[in-house]
Amino acid sequence: MAALAVENGRRMFDYWLTVYKRTWKGTLISSFLLPMLYLAAMGIGLGSFVDSNGTGALGGVSYLQYIAPGLLAATALQIAVGEATYPVMSGLKWQKFYHSMIATPLRPADVVYGQLAFIAFRVFSSCAVFLVIITLFGGLKTPLGVLGLPVALLVGMAVASPIAAYATTLDNDSGFAIVFRFGVVPAFLFSGAFFPVSQLPDWIEWLAYVSPLWHAVDLCRNLSLGTVEPWLALVNLAYLLAWFVIGTWLAVRGFTKRLVR
Amino acid sequence: MDPLETTGKVSGDRSSVGRVSEQRESLVHVRGLRKSYGDFEAVRGIDLDVWQGEAFGFLGPNGAGKSSTMRMIGAVSPTSGGTLRILGLDPATDGPAIRARLGVCPQDDTLDTELTVRENLTIYGRYFGLSRAECRSRADELLEFVALTDKAKVKVDELSGGMKRRLTIARSLVSKPDLLLLDEPTTGLDPQARHLLWDKLFRLKQAGVTLIITTHYMDEAEQLCDRLVVMDGGLIAAEGSPAELIRDYSTREVTELRFGPDVMLSDHDALAGKVEDLAQRVEVLPDRLLLYTDDGERAVAAVHERGLEPAAVLVRRSTLEDVFLRLTGRTLVD
Repeated sequence: MAALAVENGRRMFDYWLTVYKRTWKGTLISSFLLPMLYLAAMGIGLGSFVDSNGTGALGGVSYLQYIAPGLLAATALQIAVGEATYPVMSGLKWQKFYHSMIATPLRPADVVYGQLAFIAFRVFSSCAVFLVIITLFGGLKTPLGVLGLPVALLVGMAVASPIAAYATTLDNDSGFAIVFRFGVVPAFLFSGAFFPVSQLPDWIEWLAYVSPLWHAVDLCRNLSLGTVEPWLALVNLAYLLAWFVIGTWLAVRGFTKRLVR
Repeated sequence: MDPLETTGKVSGDRSSVGRVSEQRESLVHVRGLRKSYGDFEAVRGIDLDVWQGEAFGFLGPNGAGKSSTMRMIGAVSPTSGGTLRILGLDPATDGPAIRARLGVCPQDDTLDTELTVRENLTIYGRYFGLSRAECRSRADELLEFVALTDKAKVKVDELSGGMKRRLTIARSLVSKPDLLLLDEPTTGLDPQARHLLWDKLFRLKQAGVTLIITTHYMDEAEQLCDRLVVMDGGLIAAEGSPAELIRDYSTREVTELRFGPDVMLSDHDALAGKVEDLAQRVEVLPDRLLLYTDDGERAVAAVHERGLEPAAVLVRRSTLEDVFLRLTGRTLVD
């Protein structure tokens, strides 16, 4: 059963690679340029200002090294959400390619696995390049920081799967604006990528702990700064994994409901 | 390799085509089939069999249940009741195995408009688990077959409607299906494109591919279908070959009488009263009377004998359209 899902998911993943061969240039800006601008503006621009007042509040690291691991996780989230929203709506409704897929031996679950595999590919490849840039800028404090890459992948999948499930419940793309306005943007700003969430009022701080991005930011940063506490790292990982597993289950359910009528 | 060749899993012996009565193998077996969406019953209990090698048609107005039935036969829509066996398998448990042997040409083009013509074919072959090399050679054969070879590298976006339909049909053949499902294959096409498609479908039929077609074009059904059912309101209203249906539900000929623009509908009713004994059935339309009779010329002579002087007279053979309108009515259903 699992082998069949892998084989079928691979067949569908081929579709996405074929599409990506045509569209990858357009993704360069959103995937690389934007995070690089953040890195330059926040890490270096704002960072020189922050650092000149002493780095005590950040635990004695430069502002660049403080935000770079978090920015990696936040980039993963943004790419994942982008790939789990409009492309999914297109497959269901605009171009309807999902409908032609399930007329073949592929099942709705295979369509989900292939879609998620492609999102994983997008998140991983973009974050890998971004990590190289971060390293060149001196954004990692310890070599262990490269382990932020699998964490970034995990947070990408943790948000992509439930959002893909959510996309199957929509009739048009206006619902995605809600995701971006009330999900992605606040998460990006308030999940501890740019400052410790302990600076926030208590109730927002708790919201941050609920957000999968905080767990990824926290883990990425601790890996890079060499401040990992094993139990906390396990909580971070388990929390992200739970989002991914439940999200995938919801996505399979949503796709099946929408495609098999 | 012949692009029309199928896997031959079902019969292998294409010479049996045309002798369906001897060694009948039911590719689609339907008994008491139902489909509901909430409270709405789209299909309300139908029985039919589609035999190996034949071209089978579903005729019916919009909303008759044709597309719902097709989706169930395509093993993408669960049944709400009754028995359905496709290629001897139960779609509820063997969906992927059934779909592996079907070719589906859906009503809407579901092509990927951002990809090239050829990529649309190769990627579809991958869904069936064909190797990349197999997909490529298959794509080239099929592009040849549907006369799109010089468009191979063009994006689907740039194709005309007719070309897109041909590509969709080519795509449905990538896996060498045993059974090809075509849902309104020529809707929205110009006459040239329709005739080209009919040629292609006819060649497939000759090659022994079993076809199931839905259409509301009567000429299409007469051209392509060996046997068909007329569906209306989720039920089968009639079944048979085009000739049988005409024989059973219409007369051999139809005489059309036009009485000029100043004759009102009410006058038509009166006129109909004067000629109703000349035909088996008389139908009154706003602009003309239709006399269903086995001898149209004799009816014309009799009309003249009664002193009636229609402005124009046309005697023609009955068509499936007459059958269709008789069975499903002239009222517009939407």
